[in-house]
Amino acid sequence: MLKITGISKTFNAGTINEKKALSRLSLELADGDFVTVVGSNGAGKSTLFNAISGSFLTDEGLIELDGRDITFEPEHKRSRYIGRLFQDPLMGTAPHMSIEENLAIAYLRTSKKSGQIFSRISKKEKDLFRERLSLLGMGLEDRMKNPVGLLSGGQRQALTLLMATLVTPKLLLLDEHTAALDPGTAAKVLELTKNIVQEQHITCLMVTHNMHQALDLGNRTLMMDSGRIVFDVSGEERSRMTVDELLARFAEKAGQKLDNDRILLSTEQND
Amino acid sequence: MAGFLTAGIVQTALEIGLIYSLVALSLFISFSILDICDLSTDGCYTLGCAAAAVITVAGHPILAIFAAVGAGICSGFVTAILQTRFGVPSILAGIIVNTGLYTVNLAVMGFSSNVAIFNKDTIFTMFAGLSGSEFWQEWSPLFLILIISCAIALILWWFMGTTLGLAIRATGDSPAMVRSSSINPAGMIIVGLCLGNALTGLAGALTAQYNKSCDINLGTGMVTIALASLIIGETLFGKRVMLRRIIGVLAGACLYRFIISLALRLNVPTEAFKLVSALIVAVAIAAPRAKELIVYSQKKRAAMKLRRSQAGREAAGHAEDHRDI
Repeated sequence: MLKITGISKTFNAGTINEKKALSRLSLELADGDFVTVVGSNGAGKSTLFNAISGSFLTDEGLIELDGRDITFEPEHKRSRYIGRLFQDPLMGTAPHMSIEENLAIAYLRTSKKSGQIFSRISKKEKDLFRERLSLLGMGLEDRMKNPVGLLSGGQRQALTLLMATLVTPKLLLLDEHTAALDPGTAAKVLELTKNIVQEQHITCLMVTHNMHQALDLGNRTLMMDSGRIVFDVSGEERSRMTVDELLARFAEKAGQKLDNDRILLSTEQND
Repeated sequence: MAGFLTAGIVQTALEIGLIYSLVALSLFISFSILDICDLSTDGCYTLGCAAAAVITVAGHPILAIFAAVGAGICSGFVTAILQTRFGVPSILAGIIVNTGLYTVNLAVMGFSSNVAIFNKDTIFTMFAGLSGSEFWQEWSPLFLILIISCAIALILWWFMGTTLGLAIRATGDSPAMVRSSSINPAGMIIVGLCLGNALTGLAGALTAQYNKSCDINLGTGMVTIALASLIIGETLFGKRVMLRRIIGVLAGACLYRFIISLALRLNVPTEAFKLVSALIVAVAIAAPRAKELIVYSQKKRAAMKLRRSQAGREAAGHAEDHRDI
């Protein structure tokens, strides 16, 4: 499905601020994999996501999706089949446009012919949007003409999730997409994520700082440190693993104690 | 007041206001929708005017209009390419193009600083020729300009609801969202600026045929005038629904011209006009914030007064307590 071979990325090369964010990283995802990614701040998780979605070109290496080399494809072309959610719930939507208009733009990812650039939102599309919005269970289907800026952060993140999956992507990148939401809303958005990913059989990479979540969700867990994948667990071994073991693994693999308050806090909350 | 504002003044203000409203609509696209400062407006407006004047003199009044629109599109394209492909900051890109256009405009006018249209057909004379009546002779220019500007406004409104229009609006609202929806924001900026400058070019062409002349310095300060119109419109009509916003821009441009006409009637010297324009823009932009500040200081004063009177009552209360002891 997704095959990454030896990608590297160094920021500010040759300056005092030189930072090797990705270091000959290789990764292969199977079709339908739901992979959680953990690691302390600066480990390269977001950089990996940026490399996959095409925010920048990597210094070396190869990125293939579904057998196609996308290493040099610009970001907006990759987004046709890679969906992405950010931590900031305000990033994925246009606040001054209505819910309906936002969805219409997300719906452009269907390979429309260029002759349709002057078409308007059709009745059929509106019905589709309404139906999909009702699945969120937030009553947004009755507010389709409202500007998105009036929605709460949780509603906007749920809408962004819907937009990213409105046209089923081959790969979904979730970059701590529930971290900025209150616990109740976060649980709801996570539930929606699980349902949609399962229903549409989407291959998914998800960054989380919640160790419990990392083991609970999906079928595989990656741990990153210094731009490399230092630990990769799946199957039997993963289902037997506890949060404490995962933390111990981290200390061992990264050669350092976890000093990230957020990770410790989030594990405490769930234990 | 009736004697103060004659029909002639209203008519002229509407005619010029509606022509300027096209420039305001151009800035509506770049400034309000794409969130880009396009400062090439002055030069582009003169370019449209120069191109139309030269071709009208050559005897092709309708071709002149289309040529001016085409010239505007070219100018917008250069500005857009500079900022999207070559990373020139948008304000600088506009200034560069504006500077370059001065020479281009001179060249279009055959390296003379003005062109006069004598005894040649313009779309205004052609339209006036439809009827010989006195009424028609007097009012046909206003009708023609009204038809053109309303048609442009309607087309623009329709366009903003199409897939392409939505994509352009989203580009100004949330570039991250646009990129993740497989749209290239750079492409949308190019389309938007070409469209906007086409309108500026059209306004230039109408001005050339309306005034029957073109001058190299005609466009100076045009961007301020258009911004003033845009902001007056947005202040009065709000920023919600697209059709209302577009009508607001038209109304704002006309209103601006009325203010200028009033200034004229009050014998404000023509040399002071640029200052008057600048003041109107500053006041229009500052007004909403100034209103907030006034409300805030009023609230604060009322609250402080209430607090002082309460504190005074409490102090009095304490004094009584002491007496009781």
